[in-house]
Amino acid sequence: MIVNSITRSEVQLTKQDFVTDQMVKWCPGCGAHAILQSIANVFPKIGYRKENFCFISGIGCSSRLPYYVNTYGFHGIHGRASAIASGVKISNPRLSVWIATGDGDSMAIGGNHFIHLVRRNIDVNLILFNNQIYGLTKGQFSPTTPVGSITKTSPYGTIEQAFNPGELVMGAKGTFFARCTDNNMTLISDILLEAAKHDGTSVVEILQNCIIFNDDAHATVTNRDTRDDNIIILRNGERMIFGKNKNKGIRLHGPNLEVVTIGENGITEKDILIHDAYSQSPGIQMMLAQMQPPHMPLALGVIRSAINLTYDDLVEEQIERAKKESNIKCLDDLLNSGDVFEVK
Amino acid sequence: MGKVQIKDLESAVIKFAGDSGDGMQLTGTLFSDDAAIFGNDIVTFPDYPAEIRAPHNTVAGVSGFQVHMGRKKVYTPGDTYDVLVAMNPASIKANIKGLRKGSIIITDTDAFTDKALETAGYASNPLVDQSLADYTIIKAPIITNVKEAVAAIGLDNKSAERSKNMYVLGILYCLFNRNLESTFHYFEYKFKEKLKVLDANKAALTAGYEFALECSDIKETYRVHPASLEKGRYRNVTGNVATAWGLIAAAERSGLQLFLGSYPITPATEILVELSKHKSLGVKVFQAEDEIAGICSAIGASFAGSLAITTTSGPGLSLKSEAIGLAVMTELPLVIVDVQRAGPSTGLPTKSEQSDLMQALFGRNGEAPIIIIAASSPANCFYYAFEAARLAVEHMTPVMLLTDGYLGNGSELFKIIKTASLPKITPNLAKPNEPNFKPYNRDAETLVRKWAAPGTEGLRHRIGGLEKDYSTSAVSTDPINHEKMVKTRAAKVEKVAEKIPDQIVHGEKQADLLIVSWGSTEGFVKAVVDEMIVEKKSVGFTNFNYIMPLPKNTADLFSKYKKIIVCENNMGQFADYLRMKLPQFSYIQYNKVQGTPFTMKELHDKFNEVLEDLK
Repeated sequence: MIVNSITRSEVQLTKQDFVTDQMVKWCPGCGAHAILQSIANVFPKIGYRKENFCFISGIGCSSRLPYYVNTYGFHGIHGRASAIASGVKISNPRLSVWIATGDGDSMAIGGNHFIHLVRRNIDVNLILFNNQIYGLTKGQFSPTTPVGSITKTSPYGTIEQAFNPGELVMGAKGTFFARCTDNNMTLISDILLEAAKHDGTSVVEILQNCIIFNDDAHATVTNRDTRDDNIIILRNGERMIFGKNKNKGIRLHGPNLEVVTIGENGITEKDILIHDAYSQSPGIQMMLAQMQPPHMPLALGVIRSAINLTYDDLVEEQIERAKKESNIKCLDDLLNSGDVFEVK
Repeated sequence: MGKVQIKDLESAVIKFAGDSGDGMQLTGTLFSDDAAIFGNDIVTFPDYPAEIRAPHNTVAGVSGFQVHMGRKKVYTPGDTYDVLVAMNPASIKANIKGLRKGSIIITDTDAFTDKALETAGYASNPLVDQSLADYTIIKAPIITNVKEAVAAIGLDNKSAERSKNMYVLGILYCLFNRNLESTFHYFEYKFKEKLKVLDANKAALTAGYEFALECSDIKETYRVHPASLEKGRYRNVTGNVATAWGLIAAAERSGLQLFLGSYPITPATEILVELSKHKSLGVKVFQAEDEIAGICSAIGASFAGSLAITTTSGPGLSLKSEAIGLAVMTELPLVIVDVQRAGPSTGLPTKSEQSDLMQALFGRNGEAPIIIIAASSPANCFYYAFEAARLAVEHMTPVMLLTDGYLGNGSELFKIIKTASLPKITPNLAKPNEPNFKPYNRDAETLVRKWAAPGTEGLRHRIGGLEKDYSTSAVSTDPINHEKMVKTRAAKVEKVAEKIPDQIVHGEKQADLLIVSWGSTEGFVKAVVDEMIVEKKSVGFTNFNYIMPLPKNTADLFSKYKKIIVCENNMGQFADYLRMKLPQFSYIQYNKVQGTPFTMKELHDKFNEVLEDLK
């Protein structure tokens, strides 16, 4: 039984309702500005009462976001946004809880909280600003930095494999994973709206450019010249077709996905896979999340959106049932139950 | 035994000891519950190894449960045992120090095999070699007798043997002139779906009782009359359960939802277990992925308007340090319960110590003062848990409640109260649409800020770990403002001294020696001081439950004595704290760091020694 109990706004809110008087202190040209804009654009569309939105963050550039959105906000400590947000949502399921976090915050120091949040399927929305670098500490590699990268703490190149957040989400039995790039505000807004609608933990990875310490890290998938052949925007129920000339597609070949060209080697549109974001089985969704250029396009859009029970609903259900069934209605009942004796 | 004399005792100490699978904790608990229902005052103290099933017949694997029952108020589990139940040779070896001339040992002769003797490190059988000549030994072939008693029920060998602890309990009930009724009731409730086990336990208990009736080793039996307790309803309660109930009481008296974010850790787990049972009271329990998530979820719940709790022990507290600082900075109510154990690191996980005091006071980055209080008996864990929650909510600050393994696992009688008799707790809530609401604006007198939970109309705001401006509540790096905020947060906690009771003295108000303790040491010192008062010694005693801030009359109280001695189960942390706070006095330390509380004898000898020096 899934119940969305968040109170809706009686009036149509606008972007202005979500702007704070605080000066936004991200670097000029930082990808975070576009994410902030998209949030202000999409929150009125979600339709909840403005007091019922709540933004929780950890530490890092991404985590300054709560100061810039006029909702209830909590700027936490490094890595712990997911744990704090869990407490907020379980405590009050009538809130629309959002997490602003980064690749250092959620994939390194907060990795444990991240996977457990996802595993429990607590109904919160997590926006992962993935710039593949530690920005606020000035340029050390993070768990999503590609292997071999030269950074301040890897002058000889990193020697560790990078995390793919989508793989973690699905490995942790997650129900919602979407990905987009910071230069496509329409897609960000569409995805955030889908995330808000989803009951359960929604993880939205936004590939964000750090103009100072990791500029152009995502250039292959964001540059006008290269992106069309290197990304595929997935839409539920539609065929996985992409490319500058819209003639490339993804099909299942044996146990793997492969890129094919429509019109070559007898391939027709019918051979191309149809995206099923709602499939309970994460098999193909996992392969989609794993695709990387240059051999495969990077998958953007809502990759997985499966229905499952949420932790916060189950908590409420157990409490309701216990209240109905138990004879212990207050502390006095409890204190006087069991082995009690009386001195007269 | 025939017709033997019944001797009336003021009190009796019974120690149950056996392998960790012998069921000694349960047997001890059943005996204690029976004593409580009979009307004795009781204090219990379980003492068990860190392993679940430690190697058989080893001294290190002995699990113990001590109960002290009296016809008067008892304050300690007792220094020495009147009766030792020893299920194997190792149990005697492990407890020999607690025996005195004339102590009774009840033992299972079937367990004294060559192998068991060897594993326990005995060269010869102590039951035979006269090394236990100072004691009365009740020898029972328990395994043989139990198997015989339950033979007709048709249990397998192993299950039959498992009832041997109930056989021993039967012997004890006979020895102390008790009846079997309350334990039968327990069996009927516990095993209502396992009829064979029910019958086996009843048969074993009865067989033990009947064995004792006929046993020639028993020359006299004993009676401890009911205590003259104040009228009312009572129950036996452990400190951990009392803590959980006190928190539920605070939720009811404040009208707030109770939220616990916690991670299992010995010896604090039972609070988490107890609160998990009470969904019907609306308690929300979140068993987190780690200690940090435990406290961070609680901070989130507090931000969202719940009465938020996290429970742990020393190593877990270390992990929570950074998050406690966040709660200090965001000025949110939060109760952190630390059930202290012997450290450092993993230390002696099942043993008790008072060595987290410095960590509680100072274990955070930056200037991060919090309120610290300490419970001092299993039953008063209820009241101090309530008090911790009251202070947290009314002063918008984290409060740490220190208990320890001895208090948490130990039990005593709890006089049942009406929840409505507890003070009402008033959260300092901001009103919806309050004009010019700023999260860090505060009451001029108490310096307490207002609490505005998400969802409240017209109060959207942002708080967090970054320093904020005193007036605008916006992020601020201004150095003068930072110092002002640091001083304000400290003053807010110091001002709590106005809201807590004065420190009181037991014994002489002005004397040669003031004995100081804090937390769980109270009962031991109190029992000794009672004796010294009868001996007309010039002593006063004061136990601290409020540590940070100290009660405001502390200096005045200290000034009335020639010498001050501070007793604690650590290397002198409270003494050092007093030296820092009240340097005008000098303090003698008396410390014990052995994972067990002081004995009364140790304390008595030490106090006499100090009094002698004064002459």
